[in-house]
Amino acid sequence: MSAREEILDRVRSALADVESSDVTETPIDWSYGRPVDTGDLRLVDRFAERVADYRAIVERVPAGELGATVAAALAEVDGPVVADPTVRGRLGVDLNWRDDDGLSAADLDSVAAVVTTAAVGIANTGTIVLDHGVGQERRAASLVPDVHVCIVDAEQVVSDVPEAVARLMSQGSSVRPQTWISGPSATSDIELDRVEGVHGPRTLHVIIVG
Amino acid sequence: MTLTHAEPAPSGKPPAGHPHVGVTSTFVGMPKFPDAARIELANTTQRRNLAHATGIIRDKRASVVGELDNWEELRLAAEAIKNRTLRHLDDYLVQFEENATKAGAVVHWARDAEEANRIVVDLVRETGSDEVVKVKSMATQEIELNEALQAAGIDAWETDLAELIVQLGDDWPSHILVPAIHRNRSEVREIFLRRMKDVGRPAPEDLTDDPRRLAEAARLHLREKFLRAKVGISGANFAVADTGSLVVVESEGNGRMCLTLPETLISVVGIEKVLPSWADLEVFLQVLPRSSTGERENPYTSIWTGVTPGDGPQNAHIILLDNNRTNVLADEVGRAALRCIRCSACLNVCPVYERAGGHAYGSVYPGPIGAILTPQLRGTSSKVDQSLPYASSLCGACFDVCPVRIDIPELLVHLRTRVVDEHRGGRPTAEAAAFKAMAWMFGSHRRLEAAQKAATTSNRFFGRRKTIGAIPGPLAGWSSARDIPVPPAESFRDWWKRERGEQEPRS
Repeated sequence: MSAREEILDRVRSALADVESSDVTETPIDWSYGRPVDTGDLRLVDRFAERVADYRAIVERVPAGELGATVAAALAEVDGPVVADPTVRGRLGVDLNWRDDDGLSAADLDSVAAVVTTAAVGIANTGTIVLDHGVGQERRAASLVPDVHVCIVDAEQVVSDVPEAVARLMSQGSSVRPQTWISGPSATSDIELDRVEGVHGPRTLHVIIVG
Repeated sequence: MTLTHAEPAPSGKPPAGHPHVGVTSTFVGMPKFPDAARIELANTTQRRNLAHATGIIRDKRASVVGELDNWEELRLAAEAIKNRTLRHLDDYLVQFEENATKAGAVVHWARDAEEANRIVVDLVRETGSDEVVKVKSMATQEIELNEALQAAGIDAWETDLAELIVQLGDDWPSHILVPAIHRNRSEVREIFLRRMKDVGRPAPEDLTDDPRRLAEAARLHLREKFLRAKVGISGANFAVADTGSLVVVESEGNGRMCLTLPETLISVVGIEKVLPSWADLEVFLQVLPRSSTGERENPYTSIWTGVTPGDGPQNAHIILLDNNRTNVLADEVGRAALRCIRCSACLNVCPVYERAGGHAYGSVYPGPIGAILTPQLRGTSSKVDQSLPYASSLCGACFDVCPVRIDIPELLVHLRTRVVDEHRGGRPTAEAAAFKAMAWMFGSHRRLEAAQKAATTSNRFFGRRKTIGAIPGPLAGWSSARDIPVPPAESFRDWWKRERGEQEPRS
């Protein structure tokens, strides 16, 4: 008997006490996907506050100032910056741009910064979700460079995880690769002292537009 | 070279007589919990480190859980989702396999540790690589994958900072989430300086014990491994049946490195990790980070479904692992332990864990969850596994914090019964004989009065003493730690007769 058949057989005989084949015999009393309260702060303010709480840099700007804000955020960065053509077009500023045309891991290591958009922002947890669609780069590109500038539009911000999951499903993101980012890379493994910056970008700069 | 636990430690804590970490093999001479705990209790550095660390994490958890006004609702939902999964596990496993396969992953099944390790070794060999980078994973520790890879001549590099400290220190993990919780910063510095040079980029010579500098040393040491690695190995926190997705929750970005840079990704996933639907993630991505690290959301969560052309590994393998989980599932009470999402909240609140530390439990799963999960996965034939259900004061704090509402005290009592039943093999125990005698005595008021008379008469032997003190014989161990009051000079019945004359107390 194959391992698959044997394990499934073992599962079925272990569950001899389960009489119904209907999964709903175990009810889940929970309403999915609903928005929740964001407390004393409005949605986008709560998002900005919670992202900053992770010691990420957060700015809120009108659409017209986005290009200048990104350029200022990258003023100190020494080296090439990866962003896809849609992002560059939207920013309209001249930087040391580099295409991510399948860069190797070693090449990515020599990239100084990456600019991406996002799929969803979550207010109560201060999380940005990338589904690595247009404008968001593939997963490795937002990981290896030391600086990540992420553009979130105000209307992308939702209250909490349930609403985010519902929105990601409706956008078709649930079968795409996803990265949920809550602040810069961090560790608490040595005496539970939080240290920002281990393997992922040490600087996370979130710019909220609108 | 690969560091394994089989190698003698160059210095520091000797591994001799130390409990085995996996749950797959039986380690001859593994001490039972009370013996191991006695040794660990004497380690004052560890007790100080643990009290400090668990104190911080308890406060953080309490504060972020307090922010949610629907926490109890979330726990009930998490419990119900896991119960539904377990009660229909065959359906969900088949659904997961179908969707993951459709998305481009190759699904393998492994009956036990040996089979899982063989599949991994064969897959790594097919790539021609002789090293792998690893995301922290309890399942691969459980099956002792690093040792199996080493035996096959493959180097396995742990990339989580705490796992790196444990691996370089020839040590054992002592906590599910923070495996090096028993080490302080100066010990970490010493380990990095001594061992990093043997396996790759050396630690900077001017390394201090500042956690910031230590994390930087780990970053530099591991980066060369990430950038050249052809094979990554992970576990998964969740496997989603209706999409075939896997989910890994982490903080440092080492997970993202291993999950996206290599060409081949092999994920070892316990069969109990399945969730019915993608929508269910909303419950677990709330309860897991708040319960484990005390954060609203952990820094990084990676979710992937099969293979995405041009993004991440182009060969994705998933190994669905039984390794005795179906035995646990067969116990209608014990199966609740399979709801565990390995958050480790129960460790951080446990007064026994805080003092004894993780090593005393003799398993990769320490603390309250380890005390119920390990004897179920490994069986209760060895001394250590028989002792684990007793490694608790049954205070109940573990149940209060458990995000999937596993009633750990109830399961501990359930397993104690199992140990006692197996041990007794049909012969009455001393307790059973004593209780039988008690029942006989209480069965008649005359016999009870006679016994009370005998006891109160014996009172004069004790003089002015208030307690009996240690008793020799079979009760020596029990009585040496307890104050047993001496019998009263007069029984209640005698007092009643004296005070109320001939009037009999109503019974």
